[in-house]
Amino acid sequence: MSQTWIILGAGSAMGRAFARKVATEGAHLVLAARDQDDLDRTAADCLARGAASAASVLFDVRKPESFAPIYDAAKANDGIINAAVFVGSMAPQGDVDADPNTGDLTIQDSFTGPVNFLHGLAPIMEERKGGTVLGIGSVAGDRGRIGNYTYGAAKAGFHTYLSGLRNRLNRSGGHVVTVKPGFVDTAMTWGIEGMFLVASPEEIAKDLWTAHEKRKNTLYTPFFWRYIMAIIKSIPEPIFKKLSV
Amino acid sequence: MRWKTVELTGWGRVLSGKAELARPEKPAALSGIFADTPAPAIGAQRSYGDAAVNSDGRAVDMTRLDRFISFDGDTGILHAEAGCSITDMLDTFAPKGWMPAVMPGTGFATLGGCIANDVHGKNHHKVGTFGQHVLEIELAGADGNPTTVTPEGDPALFKATIGGLGQTGAILSAKIRMIPCSSRLIQVDERRAANLAEFMEMLKASDATYCVGWIDGTANGQSLGRGILEEAELTSSNMAPKLRKPRKVPFNAPKFALSPPTVRLFNRMYFNRIPKQGRGVLRSLKDFFFPLDKIHDWNKLYGKRGFHQFQCVLPDKIAERTLRDMLRLIADAGLASPLAVLKRTGPGRAGSLSFPMEGFTLALDFPNSEKSRALVAQLNTLAAEAGGRIYFAKDSLATAAQARQMYPELAEWQKTVEAADPDGVFQTDLVRRLKLRTPA
Repeated sequence: MSQTWIILGAGSAMGRAFARKVATEGAHLVLAARDQDDLDRTAADCLARGAASAASVLFDVRKPESFAPIYDAAKANDGIINAAVFVGSMAPQGDVDADPNTGDLTIQDSFTGPVNFLHGLAPIMEERKGGTVLGIGSVAGDRGRIGNYTYGAAKAGFHTYLSGLRNRLNRSGGHVVTVKPGFVDTAMTWGIEGMFLVASPEEIAKDLWTAHEKRKNTLYTPFFWRYIMAIIKSIPEPIFKKLSV
Repeated sequence: MRWKTVELTGWGRVLSGKAELARPEKPAALSGIFADTPAPAIGAQRSYGDAAVNSDGRAVDMTRLDRFISFDGDTGILHAEAGCSITDMLDTFAPKGWMPAVMPGTGFATLGGCIANDVHGKNHHKVGTFGQHVLEIELAGADGNPTTVTPEGDPALFKATIGGLGQTGAILSAKIRMIPCSSRLIQVDERRAANLAEFMEMLKASDATYCVGWIDGTANGQSLGRGILEEAELTSSNMAPKLRKPRKVPFNAPKFALSPPTVRLFNRMYFNRIPKQGRGVLRSLKDFFFPLDKIHDWNKLYGKRGFHQFQCVLPDKIAERTLRDMLRLIADAGLASPLAVLKRTGPGRAGSLSFPMEGFTLALDFPNSEKSRALVAQLNTLAAEAGGRIYFAKDSLATAAQARQMYPELAEWQKTVEAADPDGVFQTDLVRRLKLRTPA
């Protein structure tokens, strides 16, 4: 059956890499991001790589009115509708501490915005009886850490929403993968001190596709982050509160 | 845009320098970077020397701008961003019946890098250099504004950009004409050549589309210049190629790995593996065109000290005599590695500083040492005396005087480059070392 993939945040390195992966599988693409020229170029690239079609739709996670055109573009194709959600922003915790409004934006970009988008999409997926949502969370959502706990809290909220959505879509044959990437080599992490075990967007894209095919519930990517986070989560709070990990 | 402090290193791992690197993911981001600091653009960093090194300066990594912009399945014309790799083009378009007309020895090279070095492939004698298949270049000057450069619209700038080592600006994208590709397999015929004279005769006589020779840099005396000639033609077979997973060299190899006795033994086995009467084999395109890409980070085989690649081209008339002198020096020194290539080149070249000329090209790797540096210096002198050239994409040891002697169009190139980049913001270590932008 024909497959359509909505790529929310197709302007990011991970979004672009996954769009290309989907293109080589011959699916229809609906690419959504803020920069129209750049989207058009990614759409052309995906077509050259084998996508059945590639629509580009202007999208801003802070503007809910930009959601409907994406639903419409996806509904224009027959068959199953899938979505991969790469949106989010990570303001440095210092900025959030200085200006609470910054924290609101992080929460909107990484949590409430994507949640609202998916909540509008869920009935459409149910109607089509299937489809996968790949929700890009973060290992930062597994435990609140001194360096980025507002962002971490937003991602933790998103994880919880994805868990509920998985339960809901499962009833109509759909599926949700909660994705927790570690450090990925993107513009967001470029030149930041203290990065280690950095994965390429292409490696992440491959993992995402496998997780979709195998209907995994939670994906740590690269895989070893599962063990790193297991250790971090197991540190007793009386000790953890004194650490700066 | 954030700048990241990195150590830029040539593929030979001898020349390197600390630099601040930006890596835009969108064309618009590049304009922002250039508004801040215009800096030389670099690609996959597969040049052996210092072509992609800008010590104590800044550089812009183009590898994330790697999208196909348009492709015409009727004409094979591809418009792509500069960071696209040759392998990506081959993987994507070979199944549709098209491949890049010219492919260098590594598929990791980017479109921008192939243009900036006007690279050649195993079919140079037939189709010329990469730049001869470029129809249009989108170039960002020092002000960050993109302009479209064509051979008709601005022939001087076009000629200065192709093979121009990034000195006219950052290549953002380019349109190239690809050639039909009937299959993903290639029929390779391998024959032994007993010595240099026989090898050169065979290379001259060959009419194969792809033709390349492996040369035993350790053979001396009667066998001086012996090797294996590989002639190849695309097949019409529609069999899927067998793809092997690439392997990685995990750490720097110890010194003995490429010591003279090891290399002599390896080369003898490599030569004798081809039966006397020759043999034919079917290979995947990638195995044939990029044999070393299967071993990721193969440059680590030379250990921490790194290596030098010497590549020269020699004019037909004098080639045999000079090659004989060179090979004798090489064999006597006993420093060569197994990676050595002898190839015929045609007259094709597209830029003022393009490497090829009609004749023969010899390429050899030498582990870095005082002795090997002296040897390469001697070889460079021989190449210059013979009216030949060394290849900027490979060089780490030539002199400014030699560059002037080898590239007679340098003054003409400088004029165009000065107009395009009056402040010299695109200079690299290579350009400074060989004083390419200093008027004679």
